[in-house]
Amino acid sequence: MTRFLLRATALLAVVAVSGCATSPDADPRDPLEPMNRAIYNFNDSFDEAIATPVAKAYRSVLHVEIRNRISNFWSNIGDVFIGVNNVLQGKFQDGIEDWARVAFNSTIGLFGIHDVASDMGIEKHDEDFGQTFGRWGIGPGPYLMIPFIGPSTLRDGTGLVLDFHFDPWNDVTPSSFRDPMWGLRLVNRRAELLDASSLLEQAALDRYIFLRDAYLQRRRNQVYDGQPPRQRDEDVNEPPKPAVK
Amino acid sequence: MNMTKITAILASFLLLAAAHAQEATPPDVLVKTVTLEVLELIVKDKEIQAGNRAKLLQVISAKVLPHFDFDSMTSLAMGQNWRTATPEQKKQLVDAFRTLLVRTYASALAAYSDQKFDFRPLRAKPTDTDVVVQVRVLQPGTQPVPIDYSMEKTPSGWKAYDVAVGGVSLVANYRTEFATVVRSSGIDGLIRNLQAKNSQLGQKK
Repeated sequence: MTRFLLRATALLAVVAVSGCATSPDADPRDPLEPMNRAIYNFNDSFDEAIATPVAKAYRSVLHVEIRNRISNFWSNIGDVFIGVNNVLQGKFQDGIEDWARVAFNSTIGLFGIHDVASDMGIEKHDEDFGQTFGRWGIGPGPYLMIPFIGPSTLRDGTGLVLDFHFDPWNDVTPSSFRDPMWGLRLVNRRAELLDASSLLEQAALDRYIFLRDAYLQRRRNQVYDGQPPRQRDEDVNEPPKPAVK
Repeated sequence: MNMTKITAILASFLLLAAAHAQEATPPDVLVKTVTLEVLELIVKDKEIQAGNRAKLLQVISAKVLPHFDFDSMTSLAMGQNWRTATPEQKKQLVDAFRTLLVRTYASALAAYSDQKFDFRPLRAKPTDTDVVVQVRVLQPGTQPVPIDYSMEKTPSGWKAYDVAVGGVSLVANYRTEFATVVRSSGIDGLIRNLQAKNSQLGQKK
């Protein structure tokens, strides 16, 4: 594992240097495209060689019903900070709903494995620190491909650090239980995305560009909770607002 | 009046009514009927369930394609480059883009497993000719996934010219890709690129 990390770091150093040379017709939203592409290729190889086979094995071993229970369990843990982010964005009603979900699902739903709150009509939301920053008026900043994780932006990557930092699962002890479960959580997440990634492969002429544009569109939509102001067609490629440093 | 005559008159009335209904089907009703009809077909069809991609493509061609305006979709995805394309190039672009979208759509449908749909009431005035029909896919443990169909009224009924899944518009997404390929290898390069992609997908099944 250490050797692997060393290699990854070395690779990053190389691509960071090559990233300084940007082509003249680069997309204004993606000034670091050469570096991002290199990281994307690295992620893609890692995904193809390790993550996808593991996720596929996971999916074939566990029945869909069991996988849904596991997804529910992690989704319930996520709801705690989805609530916090809703409150930070001033959406108190949504935040209270998120915490009500946690309350019902953790108790009647047996530690979250049953999403009883959805059955009761309390819908799940989707929030994170990146979206909260966006709501506060911070633009996405340059697009960033993060090793092992995937598409992000300067704003969303910063948000992700906070998402991980505050994740309630970090408080679980002992670490001999907590850490392997983190691994399983990531495998479960990758398995959830298997269908989406095979679609990407099908639909895209250039997967890097397709993924980037889909990511940026999706994040914009999430920041505005599904009601983004309409953009004129030509404006889709507008340069991002300067990010707050 | 004899029976034949009555039957004939009845039949013509029915035809008229049918033609009228065809023309007047509101966009939200259209999306709902077509979605439910297609899903029922594929869930019941044993061959499709067993992975017969050709049959699935047939169902899509017959039931779904007539409700899409591929000329509009292609011209929107091409943006400014559309104006510089020759009629022959336009035709090839529309054909290749249609094939790619249908194949992708088929894969999405093949991954379908008993998710529930929430068809949202249409928020538009009766005089509107350009609307967004909203559908939400519900699945436990995740936020509902919205699917938005942008639809335009045409002489042959309402036609979709863009689909956005989870806020990601297909047309907008292809616009950057198309522009990049056209910039580096021209419109003919894009056509070749699309055709190569299609034949590669066709082989894989």
